[in-house]
Amino acid sequence: MFDALSERLERLSTSLRSRGRLSDADLDEALSDVRSALLEADVELGVVRAFVEAVRERLSGEVLAQSLTPGQQVIKAVHEQLIEVLGASPLKVTFAAKPPTVVLLAGLQGAGKTTAAAKLAAWFKQQGRQPYLIAADLQRPAAIEQLRVLAQQVGVDVFSEPSNPLDVARHGLAEATRLGRDVVIIDTAGRLAIDEALMDEVRAIADATSPDYTFLVIDAVTGQDAVHTARSFHEALELSGLIVTKLDYDARGGAVLSALGVVGRPVVFASSGEKIADFDLFYPERMASRILGMGDVLSLIEQAERTMDADVVAESAGRMMSGTFTLDDFLAQLGQVRKMGSLGGLMKLMPGVTKEMRTAASNVDEGELDRVEAIVRSMTPKERRDPAIIDGSRRTRIAKGSATSVSAVNQLLKQFNEMKKMMRQMGGGGAPALPGGLGRMAGLAARASARNDQLPAGFEALGAGMASAASTPRGGGGKNKKKKGGRVTPPKQR
Amino acid sequence: MTVLYVVLAVAVVLGLVFVGTRRRRRRGRPALVAPPRAAMPEILVAETAPMPSLERVPTLNERLASSRGVFDRVRSIAGTTELSGDQLALVEEVLLRSDVGVTTTSAVLEELRAKGAPNGVAAALRVILLESLRGERSTSTAADEGRVPVWLFVGVNGVGKTTTIGKLAKRHHDAGRSVMLAAGDTFRAAAADQLEQWATRTDSDIVRANEGADPGSVVHDAIGRASARGIDLVLADTAGRRANSTNLLDELSKVRRVADRDPGQVVETLLVLDATTGQNALSQAREFLAASGVTGIVLTKLDGTARGGIVVAIERDLGIPVKFVGVGEGVDDLIVFEPEIFVDSLLGA
Repeated sequence: MFDALSERLERLSTSLRSRGRLSDADLDEALSDVRSALLEADVELGVVRAFVEAVRERLSGEVLAQSLTPGQQVIKAVHEQLIEVLGASPLKVTFAAKPPTVVLLAGLQGAGKTTAAAKLAAWFKQQGRQPYLIAADLQRPAAIEQLRVLAQQVGVDVFSEPSNPLDVARHGLAEATRLGRDVVIIDTAGRLAIDEALMDEVRAIADATSPDYTFLVIDAVTGQDAVHTARSFHEALELSGLIVTKLDYDARGGAVLSALGVVGRPVVFASSGEKIADFDLFYPERMASRILGMGDVLSLIEQAERTMDADVVAESAGRMMSGTFTLDDFLAQLGQVRKMGSLGGLMKLMPGVTKEMRTAASNVDEGELDRVEAIVRSMTPKERRDPAIIDGSRRTRIAKGSATSVSAVNQLLKQFNEMKKMMRQMGGGGAPALPGGLGRMAGLAARASARNDQLPAGFEALGAGMASAASTPRGGGGKNKKKKGGRVTPPKQR
Repeated sequence: MTVLYVVLAVAVVLGLVFVGTRRRRRRGRPALVAPPRAAMPEILVAETAPMPSLERVPTLNERLASSRGVFDRVRSIAGTTELSGDQLALVEEVLLRSDVGVTTTSAVLEELRAKGAPNGVAAALRVILLESLRGERSTSTAADEGRVPVWLFVGVNGVGKTTTIGKLAKRHHDAGRSVMLAAGDTFRAAAADQLEQWATRTDSDIVRANEGADPGSVVHDAIGRASARGIDLVLADTAGRRANSTNLLDELSKVRRVADRDPGQVVETLLVLDATTGQNALSQAREFLAASGVTGIVLTKLDGTARGGIVVAIERDLGIPVKFVGVGEGVDDLIVFEPEIFVDSLLGA
């Protein structure tokens, strides 16, 4: 809906600009668009009203900047306000001086607590901690079993016993201390905020374990009810923050805004997929950009750093630039990328990617990737280094070896060659620039580098690469030209 | 095969980003030392932003408190026959807060304006909403001669599909039907275990397979066995899936096709919806309808504070009727949907 919103606002008459500032009437029109867009995004009515008023305050009487259309001005204000509401800076998770650090998860049924618990454990493990999971959900059949299976995938132990949730939590905590674990994550049963008995129970667990962090797990598809849930849980448990799940759905996630508006505590983690790796700290600024469809380079880089094998990637990327990219490198890259999580999730983070590409990526069948891998693996080392030697009989052999068809092999080889050609162009700096993707990418890079020195050099090449990559598959179709072609600020090299 | 391109584009970008960061690191920071684990911070919690206390947001809370009375205020306008701007605004607020959605709310307001409110606004609104809920709500348990009727359960993750199946198994069991459960959720960890516990509780048969097995084959097996044993009804679970993934929806279509093949016959495909879901429910319904021919909705978790108004939009737009509602955790807390009661609760009457 935010895509739709920015489009709608872009259409606001540009003639407004001549007047130098937005009149009240213009503002009313724009804000009523903002209002229904937020409501369609499931932001709670009260929160919407407060939000719209804040945007109005930001805009009223403001002199219009020469470089922005009135629509863009409104978008900018909405974006800024979004960031402000989502929290200026993320909550930093620190650890108790006397371990273990206790984390309690609570929420409605089906919000994704158990999965979030396992993902959180994996996250802590990645931070070099030794997490321990306590399965205190004795309500739902097989919830403990689910946590066990997930925990096994991430290599974390689970404590549970067939007693009652309070005892499980207490004993689990004692066991964690005995084992010398430094982080304990307690998964509780899903409960309705109006269920007094169950709310008392979770309060008792909190009292007994005095958690350092209490997180409400909330589903991104939640509607107007998010405020009731958030408030009730906050009143019962005094939350330290929220974990938002199911961000990979096509929901707008307005519930996040509603819950924040009521609780006033930050969203700390965000979960965006079924894979363990689809979980990260929540960055308000990134989220605001992502909501507005601007991509999110920072998350992408961090995710890459966490999961990819630096040397492998650097080596083949170097060859990529020099144009000596082989099928071996391709295989290595493919493996690295697959480690990072679902392609759809990755593409969502990538700026300058068209909606069509995003849909294509989220619909990529993992099996398809398996087949591609199988084809390459069915080649001899010599063939991988020099695909030109692959003749008819070799093709037949490869097709048989990979249980695919000759035409699949042909297709892969053909596209690999095209890809190589494109990369050579990029390496030489002669990339055919696509205004939309490049412009947005460059702008983002410049903005990001202004506040984060972790950004890579060579971002220009990256933007160009993305742009040409995005333009190629459509066979030169003109429809992915973005309308905002103009403002291309070259990224600052630092 | 744009797939390959997508993969490569990702690979290229990431590779470059990575090389860039590494080069930079080498230049800027000579040695990247891993943070020493031993040095634990002494402070328990240090936040970058100060935590607001519980009472820090009084204005919003006040506003919410006042809005809680909205549903009561509808009753207060029951007697008026003239539609004022205030009343329409109030109706709008009631509907929006129930998750009915902007589009449907505008349509309802339009109708209200056109028809007027000779018997009071609340009554007029009630009539309009009830007209939106006119679908056929009966469920079928009868298949063609010699075939086994199958109820297929679909929906996104965490809405309560497995629990709903457990409750419905009880319902059918009480009605004297023998039931076979098919553990078609082979994706979520321990989903089959969860269903098996329900099978034990409700005294039903179950067919399950290992995690990662083909859901279609599980359903097929279950139908085969049900047919051989002369069981009256098969309730087939499926894995929760997001509605914006073509692959997952294709998989679901396949499961449905398999279930509908002789000796099975899908007589109901029930979309399980969580009442707390907002506008996304509409796109869920649309996608699942296209993929699996949904015949009805089970609205779960209606015992909370959520009102589930989005089903009004779904029935108006897509014509899918709600057939059951879940109103609690107990095994008997699944009841047949009644529009009058639902609308009254929506309007706070």
